[in-house]
Amino acid sequence: MSTSEAVVSARSISKTFGKGGVNALQDIDLEVGQGEFISLIGPSGCGKSTLLRVIGDLVEPSSGEILVNGKSAHRARLDRDYGIVFQAAVLYDWRTVAKNIALPLELMGYDRATRAGRVRELLHLMELDGFEKHYPWQLSGGMQQRVSIARALSFSPALLLMDEPFGALDEMTRERLNVELLRIWAELGSTVIFVTHSISEAVYLSTRVVVMSPRPGRITSVVPIDLPQPRTFETREDPRFFELVTQVREALHAGGAEL
Amino acid sequence: MNAYAQAAPRAERPWGRRLRGWVPALVVLGLGLAAWEWLLPALGVERYLLPPLSDVLQAFWDDRSELLEAGWITFKEALGGFVLGCSLAFVLALVLARWRPFGNALMPYMIAANAVPIVAFAPITNAWFGTLSPWSKIVIAAVLCFFPVLVNTLRGLTSVRPESIELMRSYAVPQRVVFRRVRIPNSLPFVFSALKIASVLAMIGAVVGDYFGGSTDALGVKVVSAVSVAQYETAWAAILVASMLGIAFYGVVAFAERLALSWHPSTRAGNE
Repeated sequence: MSTSEAVVSARSISKTFGKGGVNALQDIDLEVGQGEFISLIGPSGCGKSTLLRVIGDLVEPSSGEILVNGKSAHRARLDRDYGIVFQAAVLYDWRTVAKNIALPLELMGYDRATRAGRVRELLHLMELDGFEKHYPWQLSGGMQQRVSIARALSFSPALLLMDEPFGALDEMTRERLNVELLRIWAELGSTVIFVTHSISEAVYLSTRVVVMSPRPGRITSVVPIDLPQPRTFETREDPRFFELVTQVREALHAGGAEL
Repeated sequence: MNAYAQAAPRAERPWGRRLRGWVPALVVLGLGLAAWEWLLPALGVERYLLPPLSDVLQAFWDDRSELLEAGWITFKEALGGFVLGCSLAFVLALVLARWRPFGNALMPYMIAANAVPIVAFAPITNAWFGTLSPWSKIVIAAVLCFFPVLVNTLRGLTSVRPESIELMRSYAVPQRVVFRRVRIPNSLPFVFSALKIASVLAMIGAVVGDYFGGSTDALGVKVVSAVSVAQYETAWAAILVASMLGIAFYGVVAFAERLALSWHPSTRAGNE
């Protein structure tokens, strides 16, 4: 795959925090193609969130080169090439659901009518119809996270960065949002980079799982996931699903992760 | 699981029930006033310690135009100090939050200054601005308001979750926008808590400033001069006026808070 087609292209990225401090990332090489769903998995401290932030130009790498959509990550951020979702929904308490979703559009100078139309579409897409006038504290954790995803999608970025977005949710809500995320991914054809520490979630969602190990944070293996698309609730009962879960678990062990 | 949990409706509590909630407080008020009027004289409490309520109200009624005039003068001093002190503190908090090293260098002193008994400076400000000038009182009130507003606003501006700031960085917006969209709205609950404290402090500052001398029509001066000629009822009536003004001032700020923070969970109707 040539660099111009890669959505993300990282070459020997390293990141050290502080002087002679923690080696968060070491020699990371990663190519992410258009339309891929990549999970970064690893134990806490393996630098997976740091890698996500390097891609988003929220953390500057100590060395190495990172290209997003064929340009520097910095340029890509200035061009607003990606949407980001965090573990916490990070909604603004003083804004209603509709205004939270519209925030990026407002900042980017879209007119009121465009914003309203887009918000209506996203409310529908995220099954939040009727909640536009609610404030964040009036919503459950799962619904808050839907709003946060809607906000990330509002300006239709081709790349979606997600940092353990479902980590704080209960298992049932998480599985349901997994299904919805895949539906949206298929519908929009976007590229997703997804940080998680759940093996089954990574296998279920991804086209490739990138396994990382801690101290120093590096990529120890990449597991392609060949489960058929679209994935459904039955996918989780597929024998191949269990084989892949085992494969990722062994890769984590081989990388020195204590599970 | 219920991912579609319905949000609690913003139901207003019926008026009858709300009034019933006030009954215990009103009973206590009634008992307190009754004890003041009848129990204290019956116990032999002297009039120079605390005159009966009816005498104080009588004194108020006799001198009402003079006392209200004096209250207005002192209230203007308090309001001037409040506006001056709070706005300077808010602007300085913005500067300190924007340029953090500057803030980190100054903050320990600001917190220390907050603990200084500022009313102790009242005689000094009289020397600076002249005993009869309202400015000596305005400045005391302003300095009293300044530190709590500064410290709380700065805390509100800086206690933003890091992801909130990262989100704004992902939109590649300038600092000015981060302040307008995130830091300032986030600080408002802190700011209003401080403004409520400041409204009380401003009244205290103005009245105490009057105690050290001022134009003879000011409320604090009225208290001092009434006591010096043993007109305790008039002194108490003046104190009553000061209290009412202080409570009204606080009430206005609290009302503004409710309007400005209608989004905040603490202001939801029927708060249980």
